[in-house]
Amino acid sequence: MQLMFEKRKSLSRKAIVLVPVVSFLVSLLLSGILLAIFGANPMRTFAAMFNGAFGSWSNFTETLVKAIPLMLTGLGVTIAFRLRFWNIGAEGQLVLGGVAATWVALFWSPFIPDFLLLPTVILFGSLVGGLWAGLPAYLKTKLGVDETLVTLMLNYVAILFAEGLYYGAWRDPQGYGFPGTREFPQAAWLPRFSGRAHVGLFVAIAIGLILWLVLNRSKWGFELNMIGKNQRAAQCMGVNVKRNIVLALLLSGALAGMAGAFEVTAISHRLQQGLAMGYGYTAIIVAWLSQLNPIAGLFVAVLMAALLVGGDQVQMMMGLPAAMGLVMQGMILFPMLAGSLFTEYRIKRIDKQEHAE
Amino acid sequence: MTALITSILTITLSAGTSLVYATIGEIYTERSGILNLGVEGMMLMGALTAFATVFHTGSLLLSVILAMAVGGFLALIHAFLSITMRANQVVSGLSITLFGTGFASFLGQRLGPESNNFYLSGMTAQRYAAVQIEGLTDLPILGAFFKQDVLTYGIYILIPLAWFFMYKTKHGLNLRAVGENPQTADAMGVNVVKLRYLYTVIGGMLVGLGGAHLSLAYTPGWTENITGGRGWIVIALVIFSMWNPSRAILGAILFGGINAVQFRLQASGTDIPSAYLNMAPYVATIIVLVLVTVWESHNRRIGPPNALGTSYMREDK
Repeated sequence: MQLMFEKRKSLSRKAIVLVPVVSFLVSLLLSGILLAIFGANPMRTFAAMFNGAFGSWSNFTETLVKAIPLMLTGLGVTIAFRLRFWNIGAEGQLVLGGVAATWVALFWSPFIPDFLLLPTVILFGSLVGGLWAGLPAYLKTKLGVDETLVTLMLNYVAILFAEGLYYGAWRDPQGYGFPGTREFPQAAWLPRFSGRAHVGLFVAIAIGLILWLVLNRSKWGFELNMIGKNQRAAQCMGVNVKRNIVLALLLSGALAGMAGAFEVTAISHRLQQGLAMGYGYTAIIVAWLSQLNPIAGLFVAVLMAALLVGGDQVQMMMGLPAAMGLVMQGMILFPMLAGSLFTEYRIKRIDKQEHAE
Repeated sequence: MTALITSILTITLSAGTSLVYATIGEIYTERSGILNLGVEGMMLMGALTAFATVFHTGSLLLSVILAMAVGGFLALIHAFLSITMRANQVVSGLSITLFGTGFASFLGQRLGPESNNFYLSGMTAQRYAAVQIEGLTDLPILGAFFKQDVLTYGIYILIPLAWFFMYKTKHGLNLRAVGENPQTADAMGVNVVKLRYLYTVIGGMLVGLGGAHLSLAYTPGWTENITGGRGWIVIALVIFSMWNPSRAILGAILFGGINAVQFRLQASGTDIPSAYLNMAPYVATIIVLVLVTVWESHNRRIGPPNALGTSYMREDK
């Protein structure tokens, strides 16, 4: 007897739901083993992580604070990945969005009426984030340059550029040497509704819902899916592949840029060290774990945020490295990737004789 | 002037060593048809493993061996996911990098001595120091090649060896066949799956060794993100070398050279803020990538292995 994989005619619905859930459980198990090796009680650690993320309303607002940029960058990555365009530059797009927002908030504010300042700041941040993703899309469609590398290299460029600004030209002279710009005028502050959780949450959720409609119900979404499945076929059907890729990437980067603009206007009220927290990389996990479904992405973003907040919590409570959260995030993808086989294939047993025929 | 060039070349070779090991490793992996974007993660884990081992045991040799083993193990995960489980190779590689980055950071805060709150950063241990080769170090400019650490001497042997193996042996022929056209290779009786596993793991071991050079020789010790994106530059260098091991040295010298010039400029106290100087390798990578891509599209013959990044399924035929 031999095991063979047979391609399914359509994706298994059961597997689509089951695989991410099982993956999360497997990553818990692996992390538990890891914790045990390092002499920590896995159950107590998980309980502390859960408590840290969801244990009280104020803890939960901190989870939401981290979920907002993860939702936006995750949605941005989802758009790009639907096209099989490997945008791993959400981190840089977020940072440059934050830089652009800061530029408007600090230097244009005298010329813009107060009620228009915040929208201008956010829109400009999104625009620049979009352009930062548009550049690799342009290089890819025009010259065929590998997008994975360009998007990644642009992360470093954006992060170092921001660093050069808050350590150098934009550094607050009254900041006692602290690496950061001066504080934004209050008109450029994004309102918070509880703790540090801000109204960006509702914007992110709304965008997630709209994006689901656009990707699954509109003609444009249909075209994007076609490009992702088979570029040449899409081309033959009369889809403008190159234009669609650039447009989709402008949108993808704009969402990351918006996340950066939200971070500086709602959380830090200035550009400072710590904007590049790794949200743009976790966004890849959000997108893949949600199977590129924007609505699922919103929930996965909260889960990933909970792992980050929980990781911080176990550092404070139990002296374990906060990177535990990152390790768990990274470990979710392995079973997830292995499991995707079962959504596309079914296992078939073949008897030796039959095989020999 | 020659003294300046010699000194820049000396640093260049040291800075380029980790790139050479990892580039040759990734070239072998990609030649078999497997794209592994986990280089950054494997390199970080290699660097961490090497330093943690030498810190606790004092044995440099054991550190190098374990770093290679860890690199190979992570590559094995990638091989399992992308070959056996047919997962998307891009995402699988990315997940190796994400996991490796997180896990190296975790271990770096866990494997240190209790006196340092279990942190490894800030600790010192044995390292591979430069070994002068008598008589040759005084050569103008070329002398730079003969005052290096043992691992850098290793690349002088590895580069011709890797080239010879790939182009002049039957194993190398099979390797290239598997990456160019797995169906035909399979029909010729080559075990596609076995070879892909083998070269993915070997590639990972070399990447781990590259990481070990960082924490044992180039910048001895552990700092978070000690690789600083070198793993990604390696992916670009593979394209730059056009999948030929003998050209890996060119890219490594170019990027090692950028590092060396940066180093000298910073030491001489220039007015340019260090953040902008540090952008140089990343901007250079993009520029080189664009140039090479344009050049390759005009010279059709050279390009990535045909089957790179696609999984091979007998059943799908």
